[in-house]
Amino acid sequence: MDLSRLERIDATCWRIEPAGAMRVPAVFYADEGLLRDMDDKVAEQLVNVAGLPGIVEAAYAMPDAHWGYGFPIGGVAAFDPDEGGVVSAGGVGFDISCGVRTMLTDLRRADLEPVLDRLADALFRAIPAGLGRHGSIRLTTRELDAMLAGGAAWAVERGWGRAEDLERIEERGRMAGADPAAVSNRAKERQRPEMGTLGSGNHYLEVQEVESIFDAATAAGFGLQRGMIVVTIHCGSRGLGHQIGSDYLREMVLAAQRYGIRLPDRELACAPIRSDIGQRYLGAMRAGINCALANRQIIGHLVREVFAQFFPGLEMPILFDVSHNTCKQERHRAGGRERTLFVHRKGATRAFPPGHRDLPEALRPWGQPVLIGGSMGTGSWVLAGNRLDGEKAFSSAAHGAGRAISRHQALRRWRGEAIVAELHRRGILVRSHSMRGVAEEAPAAYKDVDAVVEAAHAAGLARKVARLRPLIVVKG
Amino acid sequence: MAALVTTSSSGRPGAASLRPRGGTVATGGTTLDALEGYELFAHEADIGVRGWGPTREKAFEQVALALTSAITDPQLVESREPVGICCEAPDDEVLLVDWLNALVYQMATLAMLFGRFEVRIHDHRLEATAWGEPLDPLKHRPAVEIKGATFTEVAVRRLEDGRWLAQCVVDV
Repeated sequence: MDLSRLERIDATCWRIEPAGAMRVPAVFYADEGLLRDMDDKVAEQLVNVAGLPGIVEAAYAMPDAHWGYGFPIGGVAAFDPDEGGVVSAGGVGFDISCGVRTMLTDLRRADLEPVLDRLADALFRAIPAGLGRHGSIRLTTRELDAMLAGGAAWAVERGWGRAEDLERIEERGRMAGADPAAVSNRAKERQRPEMGTLGSGNHYLEVQEVESIFDAATAAGFGLQRGMIVVTIHCGSRGLGHQIGSDYLREMVLAAQRYGIRLPDRELACAPIRSDIGQRYLGAMRAGINCALANRQIIGHLVREVFAQFFPGLEMPILFDVSHNTCKQERHRAGGRERTLFVHRKGATRAFPPGHRDLPEALRPWGQPVLIGGSMGTGSWVLAGNRLDGEKAFSSAAHGAGRAISRHQALRRWRGEAIVAELHRRGILVRSHSMRGVAEEAPAAYKDVDAVVEAAHAAGLARKVARLRPLIVVKG
Repeated sequence: MAALVTTSSSGRPGAASLRPRGGTVATGGTTLDALEGYELFAHEADIGVRGWGPTREKAFEQVALALTSAITDPQLVESREPVGICCEAPDDEVLLVDWLNALVYQMATLAMLFGRFEVRIHDHRLEATAWGEPLDPLKHRPAVEIKGATFTEVAVRRLEDGRWLAQCVVDV
């Protein structure tokens, strides 16, 4: 990115002052290296977002920001319904509530080593992943609607997981205000064979080891210890979420004219929060969140069942379950007063600070766990929500490392079989249904997640707690 | 944007098919030598699909082939079973996104892949038949799952030589 139009505020904060159609500044949280690597289009998109009606404070880019649909991925923008604020399907993304769940164990690597291969095979068999691989769960129309309204809470009621899981999930596992009737039949049909499936692309299931601790007190508060084995699931709302995105993007594109919204980019399609379309989208999007939460709850349960075969009686409590493609109604202090805002986080994670009332009691002293995934075979991070010099970007943080090179370039450089062999040499077992998929997801195809995390930490968005290294990777 | 796979008018991959072309697509079709064809183009984390042909309908057929090629080699897909699709939209760009999203929906719910298309467009209404077969993971080795077509880089336009081009980015 050409930095000449940005004003450097400090080492990890840069700004474009409002100009032209911008109503608020565009603010980038990243160090110079990460910023220079970003495409100019990221700035262009953020500037466009800064011009949307009712936007409050600033349009924010996280350290891992990259070019997306309308909104940059790694973008945060909040809107005030009292000021004609809008909601945007492009500001949430196609994979509504894609997110990360991490579960803890009291195992160590030595416990896994004798069974590592068989455990990898068992996880690969038990959790459907990849295109054309369907789950065995089939919901009736009524059950599907119950799932869309109830989320992970619905799943627990049906026997997947335990009641105490819910307090370790955002929204306590059930997004309020979901409207299953606002979800199209197309979206529900797409979801029918996909409950309890991982999907493909950059979704994964990893068995990881806690490699290093950076904040001993918080780690202890989170229940993390060096050498501990944890399991992480990264996936979202599957076909249902994608279809909701497509359905409402189309509606908003066609309706934008009616609401007098000038769209510099059709992908920025939005509608006033206080409009029929806006309300229906919020209802559908919240149902999509519940679908993702239910899906991760089911997969979490399947993972526990597999581990129980090898380690009977293993508890596997959830550390936390975060989502990074959402629009949430929240109270924030902005412009000198408390207001209700609709906060879009697209490829960005909510990071509530210590003391926040929406955190479960056990986590409240430490702040919300922020789970950031790296590329396959590299590392992942656990961070914690912060409050240094006040709230930043409406308590948001990065979600992972963006792609450094395109899928096409990755395919030209690497072969899946070679990647799998190389990772095996490094002690990482990969199980995937598609070698082309593995090549496209090659570790070096992504930016350096450590750099993203350092910048997030330095910017005060979240603080480092622990770094995880993978032992088993299951991919679609 | 670099081309990923390019085919000639008969739909068979040409010798140069796997070499990427650098630079942007110039208006006037300088990178599109065949009368009709399709290609994928790189876009960040996702994939651009592009088709062209002597008519708007042909361009829509070719871009559908591009969509299949993102998942598997279209040559591997037998055109056995027909599926009817229709959609209607106020402008060509929305119609293109609708067409591709209709295919995404059918592929997802029927668990099929499509290798041949026949498209008719009249006013703002598209009626098409897509031929394909059930998705077989071992045979087709699908690489990605298409989440949906987007309005990013969307274009439906006539080139200088009268051929039509249709393209957009799909989220994978």
